[in-house]
Amino acid sequence: MRVFTKLTLTELKLFLRDPISSFFVLFFPTILVIILGSIPSFREPSADLGGRRVIDLYVSIAVVLTLAMVAIQVAPAVLATYRERGVLRRLATTPVSPLKLLGAQLAMFGIAAVVSTALVLAVGRIAFDVKLASQFGGFVLAFLLTTAGALAIGLFVAAVVPTGKAGNSVGTILFFPLMFFAGLWTPREVMPDVLQRIADFTPLGAGQRALGDAMTGSWPNLLSATVLVGYVAVFGFFAVRSFRWS
Amino acid sequence: MTVIEVRNLRKAYGDTVAVRDVSFTVEAGEIFGILGPNGAGKTTTVECISGLRAADGGTIRVLGRDPGDRSLRNDVGVQLQESGLPDKLTVREALDLYSSFYAEPADWRALTRELGLGEKLKTSYAKLSGGQKQRLSIALALIGSPKIAILDELTTGLDPQARRDTWDLIEGVRASGVTIVLVTHFMEEAERLCDRLAVIDRGQVVALDTPAGLIAGMDTEQRIRFRPSAPIDDALLRARPEVREVHRHGSQIEVVGTGNLLHAVTSVLAVNEIIAADLRIEQASLDDAFVQLTGRSVKE
Repeated sequence: MRVFTKLTLTELKLFLRDPISSFFVLFFPTILVIILGSIPSFREPSADLGGRRVIDLYVSIAVVLTLAMVAIQVAPAVLATYRERGVLRRLATTPVSPLKLLGAQLAMFGIAAVVSTALVLAVGRIAFDVKLASQFGGFVLAFLLTTAGALAIGLFVAAVVPTGKAGNSVGTILFFPLMFFAGLWTPREVMPDVLQRIADFTPLGAGQRALGDAMTGSWPNLLSATVLVGYVAVFGFFAVRSFRWS
Repeated sequence: MTVIEVRNLRKAYGDTVAVRDVSFTVEAGEIFGILGPNGAGKTTTVECISGLRAADGGTIRVLGRDPGDRSLRNDVGVQLQESGLPDKLTVREALDLYSSFYAEPADWRALTRELGLGEKLKTSYAKLSGGQKQRLSIALALIGSPKIAILDELTTGLDPQARRDTWDLIEGVRASGVTIVLVTHFMEEAERLCDRLAVIDRGQVVALDTPAGLIAGMDTEQRIRFRPSAPIDDALLRARPEVREVHRHGSQIEVVGTGNLLHAVTSVLAVNEIIAADLRIEQASLDDAFVQLTGRSVKE
């Protein structure tokens, strides 16, 4: 446990020393909320959105953005770099299992995601009066499922790419379509029906819908939850199968 | 006391046989060299000993245990090729973190002083020079106070000065009682450091001896070059059984032969009252022994 804590703290330090990654993970989603919230019409209730405001939708989208940054952009690059540089290989010669390092990294990613999410929710609540999830249990469940789904994909990418750079590129290529379906550019509520149906089956689209459900007071819908569990199972399985230590 | 025993080790990657049949033992307190050209199976052999790869055949015992036994990680320090650290980790953090992995870690501050890293504690890994990275890597291999240290190609990529400094360091480590397995393809390094050597070629041990024994055991050919103070007939030299060939390079004579060649040549010269100026003797080196054993140069 002492070693695990030390590894996790070390990973956190290393993460914070990478200014670009840590900025995009920790602050960018909140900045997005601030920018959109500063547009007066986005703070007006809209009949198209069933009386909700655009900023209400974007808080859950910003939470998904946080998870996408952590799991799809940062995680594959970091993990593939560790393998490429032989960090895992070196660790395998010590009494500490490389699995412990992976665990520490997941813990670090989890901490970063929770901090960034808390910041998004706090700014949304304080600055723009966005209600905190009235179904808190549902929100936690949706958050965990979305995190697990996105991380499974990120770990799969980390397992199959040859280098850290390739991990970064693949992560970026995946990031845009996945975030599109999560509503970053057009919230789900205003997407055409066809796109909504597609979004329901994408990991971040399903995640955003589940988080949105919880924000408005209901438990995540069964379809989104099933889709997320499916992504965890399939990508998690292939990530574990194809992972190489060196 | 035997600390490592390798018997009929075999390891293949698919159809490629990396190690065909390797056997040797390493005794406590010695520096044991594994010498061979690139691709000979040296690294695979030490990876099997370190427990990073499972052997396909044969047996390995390290301190009486199977290399897969994780308790060995506390007793065996390993410095492998292609094993790095995160770029932004500082030297101090790396040492502090890795020392927390071991039951009885060495004092890393003392270790950094011995390794000349004392000034670099706050430097991040990416900013270290090749030699400094290598020394840090050695420090991490020694940080658990191991009984055995396995060092793979530890001076590859270092400049000659850094290489010599590293050799001094390794001798210091051995003096502190650690058994060292040193993988290398540098003859000079093997000759200088190793008590015994296994020469590995194409996955097999082709010789196992002390460096001096390897050199002495070969059909040694010597070369003597000198400038005679007066003309001398080649036939006088050729008449001696030790002499095989006589060549002339301008005013210089080169005599090639075996046995006590120097004595043969000097006695011919003395009888003819000739003095040899600029006398040079080229004796066989480990390099030559290696070429004779493997049929190729280590640089190939």
